[in-house]
Amino acid sequence: MIMEIYVFDGSLKGLLTAIFEYFERKASQVRLYTTINYQPSLLQEALTIITDEAKADRVWKGLKKKLDSDWLRKFYVAWHAEDAETFKNLFWFAVYIFNNEHGAFANYGNEYVLAVAQMDRKVHREKHRMEAFIRFQETQDGIFFAFIDPDFNVLPLILKHFKNRYADQQWIIYDRRRKYGLYYDKLTVTEITFDFTEEITTTNVSLQANQVDPKEELYAILWKDYFKSTNIVARKNMKLHIRHVPKRYWRYLTEKW
Amino acid sequence: MYDRIREKLQILADAAKYDVSCSSSGGNRKNDNKGLGDSSNSGICHTYTEDGRCVSLLKILLTNHCIYDCAFCVSRKSNDVKRAAFTVEEVVSLTMNFYRRNYIEGLFLSSGIFKNADYTMERLLRIVKLLRLEHKFNGYIHLKTIPGASEELLSEAGLYADRMSINLEMPTEAGLKLLAPEKSHAAVRQPLKFIQQGIANYKDEKRLIKSVPKFVPAGQSTQMVIGATPETDKEIMYTADEYYKNFSLKRVYYSGYIPISHDDRMPALGTKPPLLRENRLYQTDWLMRFYHFEIDEILNDEHPNLDEQIDPKLSWALRNPQFFPIDINSADYKMIMRVPGIGIASALKIIQARKFGKLHFFQLKKMGIATNRAKHFIRCADSPFQLNDSDPVKIRQVILNESQSKFFKPPTNQLTLF
Repeated sequence: MIMEIYVFDGSLKGLLTAIFEYFERKASQVRLYTTINYQPSLLQEALTIITDEAKADRVWKGLKKKLDSDWLRKFYVAWHAEDAETFKNLFWFAVYIFNNEHGAFANYGNEYVLAVAQMDRKVHREKHRMEAFIRFQETQDGIFFAFIDPDFNVLPLILKHFKNRYADQQWIIYDRRRKYGLYYDKLTVTEITFDFTEEITTTNVSLQANQVDPKEELYAILWKDYFKSTNIVARKNMKLHIRHVPKRYWRYLTEKW
Repeated sequence: MYDRIREKLQILADAAKYDVSCSSSGGNRKNDNKGLGDSSNSGICHTYTEDGRCVSLLKILLTNHCIYDCAFCVSRKSNDVKRAAFTVEEVVSLTMNFYRRNYIEGLFLSSGIFKNADYTMERLLRIVKLLRLEHKFNGYIHLKTIPGASEELLSEAGLYADRMSINLEMPTEAGLKLLAPEKSHAAVRQPLKFIQQGIANYKDEKRLIKSVPKFVPAGQSTQMVIGATPETDKEIMYTADEYYKNFSLKRVYYSGYIPISHDDRMPALGTKPPLLRENRLYQTDWLMRFYHFEIDEILNDEHPNLDEQIDPKLSWALRNPQFFPIDINSADYKMIMRVPGIGIASALKIIQARKFGKLHFFQLKKMGIATNRAKHFIRCADSPFQLNDSDPVKIRQVILNESQSKFFKPPTNQLTLF
């Protein structure tokens, strides 16, 4: 058995293309790398996976046939973890699914099934946290603005939630780590990037005072007051508090400023 | 310059916080009028206070002026506290502006009773109508039903609220009479029944005509104060069970009593709130609602109180050793759910996975079940043949020894003096 090395671009379509190549080449042992974390070796040549729309589409359609909608969603959500371990698990999960009868996804005794299920939960939790912890500030141009720095690339997953919810206001949610954001203009959502990279890589996580609407101060104060008043001191339980609101999110929360 | 509104918010949020419900789930309002907000079916906790409780809704009283004098209530007439009242516009503006900034899922509006029940209910109704109709607000609204308010007002309120609730306050009629002679459980039952019927009628109609409006889509809930009066856990949970069954309640909340003033009929000031007891009651509530336990399996004349050291499911299992151990690879789903340390999600995974081959212990561990408790009650493919040591007393001791940190640490809510 020959061990093959696949290097793909880290995209979902790239991953699906890699799965296509695996079956096309009747491979057995594969090691999967993304372009950024692959270091060429002298001993073995790698196969560069060129992302191919048509091949990816065939694999996706194949998965659609083999998985129920719930599991197709799990596969899609888990991919947003965007780490090497998850790519590997998704790859072998797909191989396992294609090599078995419909319904094999229910086999939680299989390590790849379980790994994908667990990663789906992790990414989903981060998505849910963003839906909870995002705090908008209204700018002077009437746009509701928020910075985020999620563990996973969840912007595509939260788009619909915010579009439905804040249908009557303009908003921007900007991922500081991945350097892109979403802008909603009361009609459609578009992806945006800013050139203020210098400014936002520093510690500030909110807008400058001169950028926000004057009303913003009042509502931030009232929210902080409310946060304090609704707490019952006799029941204080910081351990539980921190478990629910991990410290890494604090700097984005108005009530914690 | 914001002093007046800040003071009002502080007073009226402080007075509302003993209502423990924070749920924003079960709402299904869609933003189909290009307005503000929709309801996430699972609910969202936007933050948590330092006591570890979820903050989902802007929970406030319209006013803390009250004509009643209930001993357990901080807003009672005879209590010497600052009083305040919001205007209708202030509540609307706070709700809209907090929601726009993604601070909250919606509004939880309650009130002290001023003048009379109808007068109070009418004010509450005016606020929710303004939010829904003028401001196209589709976020979650939890509205208190004011006992004694007219049926016309309640019927109308039900069209705009997602959830309505009335608190039982004390688990038994006798307890309530002791602390709030002006109130009764009967006065709670009547409006609960009225709204329950409203929900049922609207549901029936909706089956025939799609355009029928929503009526209290997230259902009703209630709350009982625990530890102010000397009821047993059995009395508390039998009351809860009765209300779940007779009034189709979505939730019963249990609120550990925190002494707020000196009163000979109740625990002294400074008494710690019974947090562990409260936790055990919630666990029991979950067993009833999701794990198909009948309440008399857990609490009965022989066992009128819950064991504080161990959770009620473990407690039940130790009292019923005749059912265990069960074979994970063949047992019924409902029986697997009854194993201490196995939750609903894990039970589901187990019955799906075992179709593909016999399950081993390490696989269960990876699925995330609490094997330290479960291992005493199950057999898997690789369990060695042995005469199981099923002496409940020994199992209890082993589990307690292995989980020291959780069960033996004093509750962290210890008050410090300085």
